[in-house]
Amino acid sequence: MPGKKPKTRTISVNMMARVEGEGALRVIVENGRVQDVQLRIFEPPRFFEAFLCGRSYAEVPDIVARICGICPVAYQMSAVHALEQIFDVRVEGALRDLRRLLYCGEWIESHTLHVYMLHAPDFLGYDNAIEMAKDHQQIVTRGLRLKKAGNRLITLLGGRSVHPVSVKVGGFSRVPTRRELTSLREEFLWARNAAADTVRWVAGFDFPPFTQEYTYVALKPREEYPFNEGPIASSSGVEVPAAEFESRFREEQVPYSNALQCTLNGASYVAGPLARLHLNAGVLSPLARQVLAETGLRLPLRNPFHAIVARAVEILYATEETLRLIDCYDPPAEPAVPFTVRGGTGMACTEAPRGALYHRYVVGEDGTVLEAKIVPPTSQNQRRMEDDLRAFVPAVLNLSDQEAAAGCERVIRCYDPCISCATHFLRLEVVRR
Amino acid sequence: MKQRKPNKSTRITPHRPKLGVFKFASCDGCQLSVLNLEDELLALGKAVDLAFFPEASSRFGEGPFDIALVEGSVTTPEDARRITHVREQARTLITIGACATAGGIQALRNWGDVEAFKQAVYPSAEYIASLSTSTPISEHVHVDFELWGCPIDKYQLLAVITDLLAGVMPRQPTESVCLECKRRGNVCVMVARAMPCLGPVTRTGCGAICPSMGRDCYGCFGPAEGFTEGAAYPPNTASLARQFHQKLNLIPVDVVRRFRGINGYVRPFRTESNAWEEAED
Repeated sequence: MPGKKPKTRTISVNMMARVEGEGALRVIVENGRVQDVQLRIFEPPRFFEAFLCGRSYAEVPDIVARICGICPVAYQMSAVHALEQIFDVRVEGALRDLRRLLYCGEWIESHTLHVYMLHAPDFLGYDNAIEMAKDHQQIVTRGLRLKKAGNRLITLLGGRSVHPVSVKVGGFSRVPTRRELTSLREEFLWARNAAADTVRWVAGFDFPPFTQEYTYVALKPREEYPFNEGPIASSSGVEVPAAEFESRFREEQVPYSNALQCTLNGASYVAGPLARLHLNAGVLSPLARQVLAETGLRLPLRNPFHAIVARAVEILYATEETLRLIDCYDPPAEPAVPFTVRGGTGMACTEAPRGALYHRYVVGEDGTVLEAKIVPPTSQNQRRMEDDLRAFVPAVLNLSDQEAAAGCERVIRCYDPCISCATHFLRLEVVRR
Repeated sequence: MKQRKPNKSTRITPHRPKLGVFKFASCDGCQLSVLNLEDELLALGKAVDLAFFPEASSRFGEGPFDIALVEGSVTTPEDARRITHVREQARTLITIGACATAGGIQALRNWGDVEAFKQAVYPSAEYIASLSTSTPISEHVHVDFELWGCPIDKYQLLAVITDLLAGVMPRQPTESVCLECKRRGNVCVMVARAMPCLGPVTRTGCGAICPSMGRDCYGCFGPAEGFTEGAAYPPNTASLARQFHQKLNLIPVDVVRRFRGINGYVRPFRTESNAWEEAED
């Protein structure tokens, strides 16, 4: 056939760095136009939903924690809330507060890891935080101490920071004494200041000019910043209980990835700190609100690179919330609420550091899990990451392949993707061919 | 694993040793333990060259490596090839955590039908390349030292690296959780609260955190070992399983679940769960 052969150029990152898990990305450009964008997840699948079946409900928190070493609390929280729905257990008062507190620890630990060690090196031009420490020793040291404060909180409540052991249906296996919690107070007074300084620090970064129209999706409980409760809301006006998640959000498989992708009304959306902040800014704690205002950034944030600021604001919120919860702590009479095991279906969505995490379980009369379904935040953000790349690539086409690829990788890193989480994502109940 | 005396091939040379962190099927929690060494990380970064650590750095240094830390189990054909390359480039290869050392929680697939899993859970199963088993690194290549735990204890990891830098073969305690639990002054959750605790057959190292948090140990650190004249022998899982069944009234399926968990594929635990499964049939 006559005619000029199209000029094809492939920009690829064979292994993304400073993300959790293993992924690659590929952008195919033909005659200067983006033809295809693929976020490839080659992290091997681990089939969690499959082997959860046949296990006891009581084993679920220990098993699902292993989906992610960075956000195990999130998996435990979504699991116990879904199971408690089946058994009609209400976890209230101090036990509910302790679960919020445990989640604060995880947000601080996970967000600080990302802000200081994985993401900031992009803005300051280093390969990693250890290199960065050579020029910015005080800042990196502050980040490490802040991360440690989050880990200490999880360790106090859960026995250890990675895969904590105390979470169970109905509450905890053990709750802290007032004195134990108060012992963290002084460190969290420091952490609150350090978190405020973190917001100021990251807000001063040089952000690439890039804005998109996003649909944001997050829990929106109205009276407080979300962790474990609230309807699932979107900036486009959707508001549904967790039980309706699967009828509103669709998952699809793509041939180049071991993770499924989620859409809302056929389009991509954003979950995570930017989405939570967008939908819940009105219920931020006082200092978080004030420091965010001082940065001069105005909501809605439409630049994905601003996610680092949203993440820092959430660290600050979590330190303030930790102090509030420590101060009002009145130990519960029992570490867990009694309940009777029965069969049924339960769904719950909680806010993992990276965004909404949905679980559904079907349990038999004897408490054996019959079906499990888990939708992690990174699966939800995956389509949006690809859309961002499609919009971002034209601006970097005049750069070398290496520089263009580095730019693309930076866009992806804004989402703090957790590929280990996304890959275990397996549908169990329906055979679809 | 059999303990070996240090020899030339495992001793670290005087230059700043190169360390690589390699990930297979896992949750990232064990390599996170490196970054969770908040007070020691910057010093560690001076003592060793963290040359290849994709989760933490975009600098992908080339091998060979003095120390390779391997996280995760082998679950795909590609990973079975990749681990041999890692071994070729590594002077000392250390597995970190339950996945790399015992196959991990995902080794539960070893009792299932992976083709059925794939077809049941993915709309288009043909895109998914997966082996029918999840296996520990030692089933594929020689491993110099195995660090147990789900997750590993970060201070055990630091001790292992320090040992290697000092030119000695790492060594970690292999006794049962019970000894540590007694030292912490805990009331036994099995005796006092009739919980099916795996502490008596599980390796120490976590700090007996489960009984300390008011619950039964679930075996994250793998099987304990006893030593006489250098011969390792397995813990008495049969006796503990009988205790669970006869004294604590666990039905056989619950005894199977107990041993078939985080480290379910490691031989002593696998043998025990299989025996109770057969007894049930």
